[in-house]
Amino acid sequence: MALQPIAEGLFELSEDGPRLIGGRRRSDGRMVFPMPTGPEAAHHDPVRLAREGVLWSFTVQRFRPKSPPYAGADDEAGFRPYALGYVELPGEVIVESRIETDDFAGLRVGQPMRLTLVPFRRAGRGEALTYAFEPAA
Amino acid sequence: MTDVHIIGAGIHPFGRHDDKTGLDQGVIAVREALADAGLAWSDMQFGFGASDAAGNADAVLPRLGLTGMQFINVKNGCAAGGSALLSGYWAIKSGEFDLGVVVGFDKHPRGAFNPEPADWGLPEWYGETGLMLTTQFFGNKINRYMSLHGISPTTLGRVAEKAFENGVRTPHAWRREAIGLNAIMNSRMISDPLTQYMFCSPAEGGVALILASDRKMRELGLAGPKLRGAAVRTRVAGSFEVFSPSLDVERGPSPTQLASKAAYEMAGVGPDDIDVAQLQDTESGAEIMHMAENGFCADGEQERLLEEGATRLGGKLPVNTDGGCLACGEPIGASGLRQVYENAQQLRGRADGRQVEGARLGYSQVYGAPGLSGVVILEA
Repeated sequence: MALQPIAEGLFELSEDGPRLIGGRRRSDGRMVFPMPTGPEAAHHDPVRLAREGVLWSFTVQRFRPKSPPYAGADDEAGFRPYALGYVELPGEVIVESRIETDDFAGLRVGQPMRLTLVPFRRAGRGEALTYAFEPAA
Repeated sequence: MTDVHIIGAGIHPFGRHDDKTGLDQGVIAVREALADAGLAWSDMQFGFGASDAAGNADAVLPRLGLTGMQFINVKNGCAAGGSALLSGYWAIKSGEFDLGVVVGFDKHPRGAFNPEPADWGLPEWYGETGLMLTTQFFGNKINRYMSLHGISPTTLGRVAEKAFENGVRTPHAWRREAIGLNAIMNSRMISDPLTQYMFCSPAEGGVALILASDRKMRELGLAGPKLRGAAVRTRVAGSFEVFSPSLDVERGPSPTQLASKAAYEMAGVGPDDIDVAQLQDTESGAEIMHMAENGFCADGEQERLLEEGATRLGGKLPVNTDGGCLACGEPIGASGLRQVYENAQQLRGRADGRQVEGARLGYSQVYGAPGLSGVVILEA
């Protein structure tokens, strides 16, 4: 069975792969990610964001974040550090994301990145699908 | 409009104090500030109090005296204490009052803050998937800065080394032992490129300042540093702030750059005129970036300045002479007031063991979540 997205309206699958859904504010054209929900949604138009961009900055999460809000199924002993950062989608918006790589030392500002979907194991609630960027080359 | 002076200053040492509440520490700081000025609580016409996690600031009233005075609680993110000072400044500047107190205190649990996405208007998945940590923001911000401006990890280490050196000399500091550069560089990696000793910790403490108009100060036969400029500014679109799932492609100035510019303009001075500076150093990278954001150097010059020791005691521009947040910890309600306290001590020649000789102009900048900055320029 296909995994459920971790949140509705966060991304969608298209013919050429997954796409994040951002929002363009009607009053001034400002782009945001994710697409706002609730009453704010009425002030924004949904936008399918570019799949590819460049790494704007990054860091590595070296310890297990506090729960809540972190909901990973891992514990202190089973925790594996993960990279995260910001990816600039040219002319659109800079989005924060997990960076899918084990080569932390190889990450560079300006590195080409591509959107992918990855399973995320949640404590007590099973796996869900979330988004990440991975090195494109 | 009248000038505003600091005529009394008190502090409860920062750190961990299991036997005292945050409120206890705030009250102790007020009593010390009153004694410093030789005034009584009943002389105070107004009070502004800041506490983020240690309860209502106006809980000091039953302890110090229920005089009926105007007292207003200030809660404004990481700049709560700085905002209390600004409120007191304008209360006197407006002509409504001529003598009052600002107090800030706090007491936080150990370890990184754990925020709730909903409190920040953010979706649950953002916290669930492990993207909502303040430490990540600091790692991201300095990593980009280092990449663009050629700052090395060693320079990050030097900032922390200096902080702990200064903490040794400061009675109100928490960390009072020197830590060598190698130990800092080799301590546990928290969020690359920042290691454990490059981060400050949530802490406890209290600070109080007595403010007076120029006329009132002279009437009382007192003296004290003058507030030449004071400004708080918030984030604009294009500023990089904590807990941001997205950023604008078109980049803009930081709240620190805005507050800094406003305070320099009010004071009629520039960065070259400043003799001593207290800059927000939540972690080593923040101090480096804030040196440039407050106009003390160009982007990238920090590499050379830190190597030369320009920001150490005895250097061209001593920065964080009391060890800053790195050595004092960061009780949010009190932290910005600690910086002003330290400058007041420096300008009054009372910073024993860490005195910047002949200091005439002191600059302080507090910055933090959700994206605001407060700058104060004091003149001896």
